[in-house]
Amino acid sequence: MATTLNKTGVVIVGMGGAGGLAALPFAQAGIDVVGLEAGSWFKTSDMIPDELGLRRTPWPPGPQKVRGEAPTSRANANANATRTNAAMINGVGGTTMHYMAQAWRLNPWDFKVVSEVTRRYGKSRIPAGSTVEDWPFSYEDLEPFYDKAEYALGISGKAGNIKGTKNPAGNVYEGPRSREYPVPALRTTGFMDHMSKAAKSLGLNPFIGPAAILSQTYDGRFACGYHGYCMSLGCHLGAKSSPAFSTIPAAQKTGKLDVVTEASVTRIEVDKDGRATGVTYLKSGQEFFQPADVVFIAAQTIENTRLLLLSKSPAFPNGLSNNHGQVGKHYFSHAQFGSVSAVFPFDLRNWYGTPGQGICVDNWADDNFDHSGLDFIGGGTMYVYGERRPMAAVNAVQNRGGATWGSEWKKNLVNSVDRSNSAYLQKTTLPYEGNYLDLDPATKDPNGNPVIRITASFRENENKISTFVGEKMQQWYREAGATQVNGNGAIQAGSAMGNSTHAYGGTRMGKNPETNVLNEWGMSHEVPNLAIAGGSVMGTSGARNPTLTLQAVAWRTAEYIINNWKYVVK
Amino acid sequence: MSEDSNDPVNLEITRREMLVRTGIVVGAAMLPAIPESALAQTTAAAAPEGALKTLTRLEYDTLDAICSRIIPSDETGPGAKEAKAVRYIDWGLSGALASATANVRAQYAAALAAVEAFALSTKGASFSKLAPADQDAIVTSLQNSQIPNAPMGFFNTVRTHTIEGTFSDPYYGGNYNCAGWNLIKYPGVRTTVPAEYQQWGVDLKPNHLSAYDSDMFRKGVL
Repeated sequence: MATTLNKTGVVIVGMGGAGGLAALPFAQAGIDVVGLEAGSWFKTSDMIPDELGLRRTPWPPGPQKVRGEAPTSRANANANATRTNAAMINGVGGTTMHYMAQAWRLNPWDFKVVSEVTRRYGKSRIPAGSTVEDWPFSYEDLEPFYDKAEYALGISGKAGNIKGTKNPAGNVYEGPRSREYPVPALRTTGFMDHMSKAAKSLGLNPFIGPAAILSQTYDGRFACGYHGYCMSLGCHLGAKSSPAFSTIPAAQKTGKLDVVTEASVTRIEVDKDGRATGVTYLKSGQEFFQPADVVFIAAQTIENTRLLLLSKSPAFPNGLSNNHGQVGKHYFSHAQFGSVSAVFPFDLRNWYGTPGQGICVDNWADDNFDHSGLDFIGGGTMYVYGERRPMAAVNAVQNRGGATWGSEWKKNLVNSVDRSNSAYLQKTTLPYEGNYLDLDPATKDPNGNPVIRITASFRENENKISTFVGEKMQQWYREAGATQVNGNGAIQAGSAMGNSTHAYGGTRMGKNPETNVLNEWGMSHEVPNLAIAGGSVMGTSGARNPTLTLQAVAWRTAEYIINNWKYVVK
Repeated sequence: MSEDSNDPVNLEITRREMLVRTGIVVGAAMLPAIPESALAQTTAAAAPEGALKTLTRLEYDTLDAICSRIIPSDETGPGAKEAKAVRYIDWGLSGALASATANVRAQYAAALAAVEAFALSTKGASFSKLAPADQDAIVTSLQNSQIPNAPMGFFNTVRTHTIEGTFSDPYYGGNYNCAGWNLIKYPGVRTTVPAEYQQWGVDLKPNHLSAYDSDMFRKGVL
């Protein structure tokens, strides 16, 4: 029998990138918030720049609910689904604690793919079988919330477009922003400067990518140490702008946010009228019911979808907010694999730095170039950075062929250990018919609840972009003097999308309740006091990391609830 | 390990300094007290110099010679011998390496005995006393699984451990005096890196520090 707790204004499920941010506007508005988090608080003393220690004991320590509920994956309904590795982590701050921390706004085009492609090239250019829709709001509508998120979190970058005035030091293709970034861009490295020069000589527009990493002290926090152990490890200085270091402490300071850790939410409860009454969670083997006026689910794409599907009731026999059969639909994971790598005939000095400290080229992304003579829509970003760790670098040399031990190997090692680089290429990815999430009929989590089954494959559009952008990347590396360029970036059509940190859809936002779970504000079309935030609300990916966008949308949803409290709560 | 610690370039932010300078963001919830015993533990104190933790003296000498052929000391610089990769394995077999796979110690015992027996029977001398060319021939046989009674796949195990013992944090007993890091010109673990260390045309001065020389971090498991 669950213990019923005191009612709160808002219960947020997940204190990660989305929920940990949304807590702040609620708390600042004076609304009581309970933030339920499956993981625990991380300690900076565990964020040790020790490559061997990390290999033996992968960070993070602490309970990781995600590992027991990792989804299964298959390319299509005729294939066997196999278990994937968990993409996300549990903990206060969630995956933003150890992510790459590129902090992008989507480009205006990404919000209106259907209407823009139709206007410029004709409706026939929308890839066959794609269920893509325009977002229910524009970049301009979201801009104020991007701005709020950037300033609350602390994002480093250089504006390329302030109210229509462009600056080539930033991304000239970005949508207009209302003001400069709160913190200057991260510093450049010798390698970054070299790659910028090569891009410019190709007529491209390189710029320093925006990052949720502080280039300077900000809001009482430390600046980045650039120590080279950023990816897959939390920041020992708290310079990575996770909500755990920014918006969550700020919300706690108001006295309105109560963070409950190691709380695994199993079900969203509803009353006979179909309104959400709160959530049930397990903590230390005990069951609790947390009643709330508003239920705000922010457990990222896979778990957002699973929680709805698991929350069946007489009013919602197929899962919560699923009376139109849209929960789990329009799933896709970002086409970000199929890399291109290079070996240079000189040392790159890439021992230090962070993956968020890199040079981006946006010329071949989105609709930034004319697609009239091409057979795909969208594009990809090209991004280069350096973060090299000794043992990984030594092993990479072995993987490039030749002897694997002895003097010959060692000579090769010493000469080439700091000469390789791999590009990060993110491509427009679309939702399609036949790609979806549902509950796996065979695989269960430790509580006996089914895990999510991903049924999804990339299609021809992703394949064509990948090949196109791969060739552009090869040109960039060659222009920079690389003597060996490997990989063409190709992603095979029909190959499984699988699980990803960049997972989208499943509870998509849109004005039409027949094709979307959420309305234009991120509220359920069917449950008036249920909000959802995270990648699952996004209907397009753009060609860049999703976190800042899903955070801006989460803030917008929170502000809608605050401004319409009486209507939402009743 | 910290001869350069007074160099301004190597000054690092300490945990205490962080507590003083932040207070809000990296608050008490994020920074637990480090126990006194952990602070007292240093790399050098983990085992007295010269004492063996796991291996016999013969095993140690044979293994040291094998590691020294995998990463030889030659004209490109010092190798596994100077890095004391064998010490890393000796320590690890009583700690983290043993717990990873239960029978690693037994594999080493069998393989090192097999290599020594093979050296005696084919070359007429202890493996560690053979000329480098003869040692290389035997290591090649080991790689090709041609040493009688040596466990299958042992070469890959010892190669992996030799690389770990040469290029991992000195805390674990290898990479002595950062010999491995010097070899590949890795300038060392830092908690903050000066801007010029990411520039080209700058001579990077190694700091010869372990991550655990900083008091910011919980100690690792040996």
